[in-house]
Amino acid sequence: MAGTAVLGRLTWLVAQVTGAVDETPRVRTLLLEADGWPGHRAGQHLDVRLTAEDGYQAERSYSIASAPGEPLAITIERLEDGEVSPYLVDEARDGDTFEVRGPIGGYFVWEDDGRPVFLVGGGSGVVPLMSMIRSSSESTPIRLLYSSRTLEDVIYRQELDARAGDRVEVFHTLTREQPPGWAGYARRIDAEMLREVAWPSAEQPHVFVCGSTRFVDVAADGLVALGYEPLSIRTERFGATGG
Amino acid sequence: MADDRRLDGNAIGGMMLELFGVEMTTATEVCRTCGTADVVARLEVYMDAPGTVVRCAHCKAVLMRIVRGPDRTWLDLSGFRSIELRSPD
Repeated sequence: MAGTAVLGRLTWLVAQVTGAVDETPRVRTLLLEADGWPGHRAGQHLDVRLTAEDGYQAERSYSIASAPGEPLAITIERLEDGEVSPYLVDEARDGDTFEVRGPIGGYFVWEDDGRPVFLVGGGSGVVPLMSMIRSSSESTPIRLLYSSRTLEDVIYRQELDARAGDRVEVFHTLTREQPPGWAGYARRIDAEMLREVAWPSAEQPHVFVCGSTRFVDVAADGLVALGYEPLSIRTERFGATGG
Repeated sequence: MADDRRLDGNAIGGMMLELFGVEMTTATEVCRTCGTADVVARLEVYMDAPGTVVRCAHCKAVLMRIVRGPDRTWLDLSGFRSIELRSPD
């Protein structure tokens, strides 16, 4: 039947947890295996569906952290009072299964064409950006401006430290608390910070901004003020509640 | 904070893909109220009510409402003048 193929484009698959990495006290990465998973592009997300014994179902979206071609991984921040994230962060164990569907999204997606990339992430907004960093070629210049509350809240800290160098430049800002001798930024993202870190708009970098609504709004407005074409700034906002 | 309720069209990517059968966050819509063309990913989305409400990022008019039940979906598209979506490959 002709319609079957179209409707079959997004179906729930059973995903099995095959590993976990504690990234911060509130954030964990889960490695997943899902038969039939079609692969993804850097920046995309997936939906997770949990079903309770009484049949109650809850769905949430999570960004994919792994590079295309690597084993599927999502990184989840535990939101207090959340219906899904506390299970994924605190309880899911190797061998556990739940449902996923995806990949989802065609807008907040990056294709490496060698042009410079400016990534701006707030909190767990760094997750889809990490997929981009992990999948970038050895010659693509990347700058990441990453805002966290404290050093302990920095997701992928060791990996970012290891990757940072001439090609991948990482600029941290810690908004709530800084360790002694902290050399990075120590305030919420603002226009001045963007001006210091961003590539000149004339270099026509790809720009991806992901974080809470207010974070994304400030970053996008600041980049427009620097001369960036609004349509060149790809944004993704996530909610502060509901996870 | 009221502002944190506002998401964007990326958040309804899965729901739209399920309903329309094609990737919709890159689809171009035209607002019936102000005539502005924009891509779905850039629209304003509110998901904390019993239904999902999608508004024009320019004039804030309600473009779309989506209410889901256990066995059906109710879709109000009356705020759009048009939606241009790419045919599946």
